[in-house]
Amino acid sequence: MLKINDLHVDISDEEKILKGINLNINSGEIHAIMGPNGSGKSTLANVIAGRDTYNVSDGEIIFQNDDISELLPDERARKGIFMAFQYPAEIPGVRPWQFLKTAVDSKRISEGQKEMSVREFSSFFDQKANEVGINSNLLKRSLNEGFSGGEKKRNEMLQMLVLEPKLCVMDETDSGLDVDALKIVAEAVNGLTSKERSFLIVTHYQRLLDYIKPDFVHVLVNGKIVQSGNYELALEIEKSGYENYL
Amino acid sequence: MDNSNTISRKSKISDKEYKWGFNTNVETDLAPKGLNEDIIRLISSKKNEPSWMLNWRLKSFLHWKEKSVLEGEPTWPKIKYPEIDYQDIYYYAAPVTDDKPKSLDDVDPEMLEAFDKLGVPLQERAKLAGVAVDAVFDSVSVATTYEKQLKELGIIFCSFSEAVKNHPDLIKKYLGSVVPYSDNFFATLNSAVFSDGSFVYVPPGVRCPIELMTYFRINTEGSGQFERTLIIADKDSYVSYLEGCTAPIRKTHQLHAAVVELVALENAEIKYSTLQNWYPGTKEGVGGVYNFVTKRGKCLGKNSKISWTQVETGSAITWKYPSVLLQGDNSIGEFYSVALTNNHQQADTGTKMIHIGKNTKSTIVAKGISAGFGNNTYRGQVRVLPSADNATNFTQCDSLLIGDKCGAHTVPYIEVKNPTARLEHEASTSKVSDDQLFYLMQRGISEEDAHHMIITGWSKDVFKELPFEFAMEAGQLLKVSLEGAVG
Repeated sequence: MLKINDLHVDISDEEKILKGINLNINSGEIHAIMGPNGSGKSTLANVIAGRDTYNVSDGEIIFQNDDISELLPDERARKGIFMAFQYPAEIPGVRPWQFLKTAVDSKRISEGQKEMSVREFSSFFDQKANEVGINSNLLKRSLNEGFSGGEKKRNEMLQMLVLEPKLCVMDETDSGLDVDALKIVAEAVNGLTSKERSFLIVTHYQRLLDYIKPDFVHVLVNGKIVQSGNYELALEIEKSGYENYL
Repeated sequence: MDNSNTISRKSKISDKEYKWGFNTNVETDLAPKGLNEDIIRLISSKKNEPSWMLNWRLKSFLHWKEKSVLEGEPTWPKIKYPEIDYQDIYYYAAPVTDDKPKSLDDVDPEMLEAFDKLGVPLQERAKLAGVAVDAVFDSVSVATTYEKQLKELGIIFCSFSEAVKNHPDLIKKYLGSVVPYSDNFFATLNSAVFSDGSFVYVPPGVRCPIELMTYFRINTEGSGQFERTLIIADKDSYVSYLEGCTAPIRKTHQLHAAVVELVALENAEIKYSTLQNWYPGTKEGVGGVYNFVTKRGKCLGKNSKISWTQVETGSAITWKYPSVLLQGDNSIGEFYSVALTNNHQQADTGTKMIHIGKNTKSTIVAKGISAGFGNNTYRGQVRVLPSADNATNFTQCDSLLIGDKCGAHTVPYIEVKNPTARLEHEASTSKVSDDQLFYLMQRGISEEDAHHMIITGWSKDVFKELPFEFAMEAGQLLKVSLEGAVG
């Protein structure tokens, strides 16, 4: 599904953030990237999604056998890469419904399909909104505007359910969430797991992994993956922190 | 960041030309260029005007001559343009027809085709859409659809020239009652040479069941367009009026100096919506329409309401301040505006709310979008006179910048002479942020569509005031006008 080879990323000559990342995620696998603040976790998530504030100086990102390093974020998204944002942007005057319909239609049109009818989309949307327990009043407001932290994350999960991506990159989706919201996120992820879908979960803490069991855990420190293992590794970090790696 | 691995954000947006830039070959009756008493007499006689109308024009012309010697054009707006040679303009250009068309069948087919290209819902489409259309082509009003149906309700919707002939009492009573002939340089010029325009009268107690619409188009090269609109809503009546404007592509600048007067009597409401899409000039700033317009409404009666909504995307220069004189007690004035400047366009636009009566209320929502080298100024005045007890005003001015070579300016004038007044002013300036763009694009939305979505969302408070179909067209206009500006 996703293969990252010797990825180097910087924002200037002085500030190198990722220093040779190798990662191989097969279909159906759940990978967790754990690391202390400033280790480059979020950068990795953003670079996979195609954010242009970062400069990829070396290496390649292969998604389903295509090198996507040159593609624009929307092209990557239409290929099936979804990123759940740590801080989703607020878009005044745009309703979540309208936004998601545009997103769904963009993908369909790029695949040579027709736009979804309003009726068809509405019932699909309502069903998914129900699944993530999102308050319907929220969906009448502007996208993310004035949403609480938990509401924003639920809304991210709603989008993930509606867009049905192939690769879900979750950028610290658990930060600032209470246990109830954490469960919602976990349910959304667990409900989407399949042999054709992979997850990359970026997190600082182990607690989300109580609910979503990763197949692989990687520890990212100072721009490098310093250790990889299975779920046991996450528990170990929970116990002794990152100090051993610094 | 010019490493080969850098993700390119160069947009793939096509740089489409101004879509409305076609030219129509209709035979035109032109008066010679230049401005003098003879030309004014000629315009008046071409229209078979009564002497009182001619005298009003001549009075205005004398005043204008004096004004142009003494003070000239207003210099306070934040706009720059080369001097206008008023002797190098055609003041009368009319399509040649033997007689005034009596029905659509009598209208030059080429002209109808032109309106067709513009998407003006003339003919059957008008009926389907429920819009009554008066189309002003250069200087002459071409056809008014729906006239008969409106007549049954007692509503008068006709060209200004016809109103002069058929409803002289109303014209004499209200012409210049809101914008006096001496008001300002361009209004005075208009009063002298105005060619045609629309007239609306809604009788007491009548709610106009359809939207009334006028479509303006300048066609003849080097001609000025000076239309004049007068709308009177009598007691307890309601009318919603729309205007749209386009012009062909011309290398030279074209002058458009219109005057719009609205009068709302007791309990009456007028809703006036504009989509202004005059030719903005080339990307380098060559050509384009100078849109110097005076629009003002008077809430004459108690509990009356006047509401202006405008979406301004065209013109090389826009200079206009749709205003409301809140004379009747409890009257309401509203102004909702989105003004967009791209490339080298300049806009100095805003409103004036003059509170005279008690408990008068005004709302101003002005949104300026600047892209390219565009310069956008909001200029607004809120005046509360000593008589206006408990007047309230809410003003919101928002500017959105796209790119780093454009400008946004906000110039509010606030003058309060009554201590019971309550005024609120909010202003903000923002950019389309990279975070917003990346967020939308990460969901598969193209950069162009993402920009459009952000901008339309940002303009929503104004768009929602427009009639539905107009709002759709406004969104489309913004999109077309911003092409090439993003990326």
